[in-house]
Amino acid sequence: MSFLDLDEWLFELARHVELVYSPLADIKAYPEHVDVALVEGAVANADNLHLIRQVRERTRTLIAFGDCAVTGNVTALRNPLGAPGPILQTLYVERADMSGQIPDAPGIVPALLGRVLPVHAVVPVDLYLPGCPPPAPRIRAALEQILAGGEVLLAGREMIKFG
Amino acid sequence: MAARTFTINDQLVSGREGETILEAARENGIYIPTLCHLDGVTSVGACRMCLVEIEGSRTLRPACVTQVVEGMVVHTDTERLRNYRRIIIELLFAERNHICAVCVANGHCELQNLAIAIGMDHVRFDYAFPVCEVDISHGRFGIDHNRCVLCTRCVRVCDEVEGVHTWDIAGRGADARVITDMRQPWGESTSCTSCGKCLLACPTGAIFRRGATVSEMERDPTKIAFIVAARDQRW
Ligand code: SF4
Ligand code: SF4
Ligand code: FES
Repeated sequence: MSFLDLDEWLFELARHVELVYSPLADIKAYPEHVDVALVEGAVANADNLHLIRQVRERTRTLIAFGDCAVTGNVTALRNPLGAPGPILQTLYVERADMSGQIPDAPGIVPALLGRVLPVHAVVPVDLYLPGCPPPAPRIRAALEQILAGGEVLLAGREMIKFG
Repeated sequence: MAARTFTINDQLVSGREGETILEAARENGIYIPTLCHLDGVTSVGACRMCLVEIEGSRTLRPACVTQVVEGMVVHTDTERLRNYRRIIIELLFAERNHICAVCVANGHCELQNLAIAIGMDHVRFDYAFPVCEVDISHGRFGIDHNRCVLCTRCVRVCDEVEGVHTWDIAGRGADARVITDMRQPWGESTSCTSCGKCLLACPTGAIFRRGATVSEMERDPTKIAFIVAARDQRW
């Protein structure tokens, strides 16, 4: 949503890029030879793990986009509680309002990983864009530098503050 | 008091005998990052953010507890120091659960400010994700151990300024926690006067006002030095 705060600059961006994959676009498989990927969210389940490895293999510049991707953030709140099994048991069965059961649909509901991991704990990351969410000017500064080629430098409160 | 002349970052400065490098640096407009140091209470050299290089000294020295010496040559902003400072900050983030996005201190946090200043855009170490408690048994204040950096500013301000010593540290290493009285819930502490000085002193979101929500904990730790100075003038 914060990305949409880029407002009219999105038109400018659209002139320079071709959007080849997005959760909002109806594209099933992550394509080959991608220049830049903005990766949102931490690595929490088997599907995330599979996709992030694919993204890394097929992308030149991988950007960890937002606090969840960079740190795990609120999605990693479950980590101190230990293995996912007992957590699911507590939430879906013991504290369920009605007769609860743990969702179990192999191939549909992906299995949770033992711990929620920041992206760089799984694959190498080229650029970090912290923020919850990263404010539009921060996203723009990063993308402009990437479009210009050369090294990307993000420093100072406006660019790298968490939260 | 005798003057001491020496250099910091190739700049000739003068300090007073008995003064620390940190004090002399500040008087001369030179910034040295600090975290456990708090004006108004004794320095303990715990966090190591203020480490400086002194030519001829084999080890790095914490500026907040090292006295100035005539002719000493101090460097406060070398590549080596910046590297160590970033490691220290990253380890502090990795050691507890710092989720800035939902923290009471977000935007007003000394740890966060230090991370920005040192250029920390991610943490290279594995997060420890420890189990930490939140104690809201006190009527006015709460303590969230997820955010505590064990700087002991609360311990020192309670002991030295309020004269009570409700706070202390129990446990070692990763198990170390600030505690109230004999490690009982804060609300059951009989020594706490509810003065709120620990709340003023805390650099992070660890000690907070009950009812404060995300980003709402703003405080001015310089008030501690103000209180101490005001008392000194009176007595
Ligand atoms: S205490 Fe500071 S660094 Fe830690 S979560 Fe809160 S705002 Fe972030
Ligand atoms: S509670 Fe706050 S002041 Fe006390 S040791 Fe922890 S971070 Fe420091
Ligand atoms: S400020 Fe000097 S060691 Fe913490």
